[in-house]
Amino acid sequence: MTEPTIFEISSPGRAGVKFQASDVPEFDVPKEFLRDELPMPEVSEIDVIRHFTRLSQLNYSIDTGYYPLGSCTMKFNPRINEVTARLAGFAKVHPLQPVETVQGSLALMYDLQNWLGEISGFPGVTLQPAAGAHGEYVGVMIIRAYHKDRKDAKRTKMLIPDSAHGTNPASSAMSGFDVIPVATDKNGNVDLDSLRAVCDENTAGLMLTNPNTLGLFEQDVVEVINIVHESGGLVYGDGANLNALLGVVRPGDLGIDIMHFNLHKTFSTPHGGGGPGSGPVGVAAHLVDFLPCPTVGILEEGSDDYPPLYGFVEPAKSIGRMKAFFGHFGMMVRAYTYISMYGKEGLKKIAEGSVLNANYLMTLLKDTYKVAYDRLCMHEFVLEGHWSDAPGIHALDIAKRLMDYNFHPPTNYFPLIVPEALMIEPTETESKQTLDLFADAMLKIAEEAKTQPDLLKSAPHITPIGRLDEVKAAKDLVLCCWIPEKNS
Amino acid sequence: MFIPNTEAERNEMLQKIGLSKIEDLFSDVPKEFRYPDLNLPEAVSEMEALQNLKDLAIANDSTDDLICFLGAGAYNHYIPASVDAIITRGEFLTAYTPYQPEVSQGTLQAIFEYQSLVASITGMDVSNASHYDGATAAAEACVLAYHHFRGKRNKFVLSRYLHPHYRETIKTYFQGYEKIQITGDSAVDGLQTNEDLLKFVDNDTAIVYVQYPDFLGRIHDFKAFAEQVHAVGAILAVSVNPLALGLIKPPSEFDADIVTGEGQPLGIPLSYGGPYLGLFATKNQFIRKLSGRLVGETVDNKGNKGYVLTLTAREQHIRREKATSNICTNQGLIALTSTVYMSLLGKQGLKQVAKLNYDKAHYAADQISKLKGFEVVDNGAFFNEFVVRTPKPVSELNSLLLDYDILGGYDLSNDYPELENHMLLAVTEMNTKDDIDYLVEILQEVTND
Repeated sequence: MTEPTIFEISSPGRAGVKFQASDVPEFDVPKEFLRDELPMPEVSEIDVIRHFTRLSQLNYSIDTGYYPLGSCTMKFNPRINEVTARLAGFAKVHPLQPVETVQGSLALMYDLQNWLGEISGFPGVTLQPAAGAHGEYVGVMIIRAYHKDRKDAKRTKMLIPDSAHGTNPASSAMSGFDVIPVATDKNGNVDLDSLRAVCDENTAGLMLTNPNTLGLFEQDVVEVINIVHESGGLVYGDGANLNALLGVVRPGDLGIDIMHFNLHKTFSTPHGGGGPGSGPVGVAAHLVDFLPCPTVGILEEGSDDYPPLYGFVEPAKSIGRMKAFFGHFGMMVRAYTYISMYGKEGLKKIAEGSVLNANYLMTLLKDTYKVAYDRLCMHEFVLEGHWSDAPGIHALDIAKRLMDYNFHPPTNYFPLIVPEALMIEPTETESKQTLDLFADAMLKIAEEAKTQPDLLKSAPHITPIGRLDEVKAAKDLVLCCWIPEKNS
Repeated sequence: MFIPNTEAERNEMLQKIGLSKIEDLFSDVPKEFRYPDLNLPEAVSEMEALQNLKDLAIANDSTDDLICFLGAGAYNHYIPASVDAIITRGEFLTAYTPYQPEVSQGTLQAIFEYQSLVASITGMDVSNASHYDGATAAAEACVLAYHHFRGKRNKFVLSRYLHPHYRETIKTYFQGYEKIQITGDSAVDGLQTNEDLLKFVDNDTAIVYVQYPDFLGRIHDFKAFAEQVHAVGAILAVSVNPLALGLIKPPSEFDADIVTGEGQPLGIPLSYGGPYLGLFATKNQFIRKLSGRLVGETVDNKGNKGYVLTLTAREQHIRREKATSNICTNQGLIALTSTVYMSLLGKQGLKQVAKLNYDKAHYAADQISKLKGFEVVDNGAFFNEFVVRTPKPVSELNSLLLDYDILGGYDLSNDYPELENHMLLAVTEMNTKDDIDYLVEILQEVTND
């Protein structure tokens, strides 16, 4: 089942693309700059198409099956998005063109800023961050800038619940904050006493994921936010789980000060095997001046006869630029297309569908798998993948065995506070029939765990390749193909 | 549309859960905030959505409508049809991050090949699985350098001709680090030389950042420069245009430690600035300090060759606040795009397209230098971009060019006050000799007063 590498199928003299002969005189490259060796493959066009087509067939994908991946929101990726993003008027536009020639792009960005703001309850939005973690970094830098602007230099503590995603503490530490963990209570909420104990005049903020990574809505969310605000801190909302809230409740209304969106989760842009993401950030009124620059604004108001002139504006106290140009525009086109197709009444159907699917699936599974916190969940839930009468079976074995039933495994070993965690998020785009089949597979595996544990231990059996030796990969690092010209 | 369950199925599911209506699912949400009225447009069908988006797209002038001579970090190149044929395959497009290697060998091997191709074209030992873009890759190189010296060296020296957006991004990333001094890129009389830049480099310097070709399009020989940077123990980082490396010596030949760059010229559409591709390659000694994902080769339980994400212990999932970077995603599909592009062009195509760019840019420079009132500045070696002193302000000239459907060059006075009336022109394989001659003719016409 092994596909040779592109270097291994290379044959000297082949090329996959033909360029036209030059129509201008030739100019010599000074000898001291001219490259002599270019160790790149030489393959024909059909070699390339077959090679990458075969590689694609080794992948699991949304188009081929169901991903119950908790915290990843693996919903269907509408194909219309791919069509709109490729319209020549979007795909063939240079980022530094005069604004008069790109009013379509700017109008789209202006609307998307407003739409995301309206959906989440934030008056200011930047579309610049390239991914969720990048948006988070923007968020913590805005928190820093806000306190600095108020000459409140002592706020060095960032409070982070122990259920949080690893990027939260990493972003905080990168921005120079001391990370202070906050415990989770017996119902899966932020523990209020633990929060009060660490919240003081040195608190810069709290990074809150709501629904949290246990898939639970923070039952005391208003109180949590009040405690932090009373100490003078800000509340950062991790928007990774926004899918559960669309049209149902707006984080800004709850009092959250700042939040990132994941267009590749909530707004259906494709994951692409690990990117590109897109991580816009929304802020409350008191933080609008700190947004990264530039944002899109109206330079000249329109009238009945003329549309407005859109252009770039620089927020007064901006933290600065986060990347080249203006963000992942291609992802913005996809998200814009998607939101416009749901509209003002439709978005809540997304949240309702995802929460209904999750609770239904949890109901089917909770007599067989221990539910970490037994209450209504939001868009996802966390099971424990171990039983006392199946010694030696771990969450990992269940995950790998699911592949034999043609399902992608759930997120496992996260959140860290649940033993042998299996984190399951169905999304609204899966049908009842798919969920029933998945539940059947999970129940069969639970049975096998007790009767035929070896089946789990040696799984997967039907995949292109078996369990891989990750220790060897890290020990005998091989990060490049063997390339004759380069390695000789 | 995108939600399959019918009302009958929804009711059946609610019953199984033990609830009577959908709103009961949200009992934990404070009632006063539930179901806000959203000020958004009404839903549209797919057909209407497409029409709306076409209306917006048509309000832009694209490079199909204009003859493009604009570059400055994003370039108009030809993208072979096979690139899109591969990257729109659902198995690549809709796959998740390859955390489960048994069902992700396609993505993993493609990234492994990407790493190999990037290492090859840059001449470096290793490449990561990509960063967001050229700017954030440069910022991550500075993060690497900061941690390499464990915070004991506090100076980053940036060339004035490192892309202005990259310099701004690095400064944003480090605003929380009060000891860090970012320097080297302040204004000078005329043009900054390598010697000018070296004056900033000392024993407290962690990293020196140059661009190759630089923001003004020029190719420098950094050999002696690199020796001086290394003499004080600093890291030399180089931001590249990877397409130029099909023709000119890779930075490894002058002993660069880190090579980053904007991968957009490798088959990635202009797309109004993104998503693009952050290249990041280094010498072996920095492998364990690389941020972002890495794919390594290994074997499965039957001894078959396979690929996995490796050295994950560096990442934030495990190290949390002790991680040196919060990077989580890479540019997956865009890295794949460049992998297909580099494979298709291969050794010959990359040389050929780079040489076409070189020849056409040099022809354009030659022709423009003959025009009255125009002068090609610092006429040394350059790749596909060069600076022209213009007889009128660049913004004024560009408005006039637009009337003739020409997208003129970048106005350098935006970032360099000392380069008033200086235009940065880019010429690629997309520009025919006729296009160039037409540009020259119109430049003459609109300045002939």
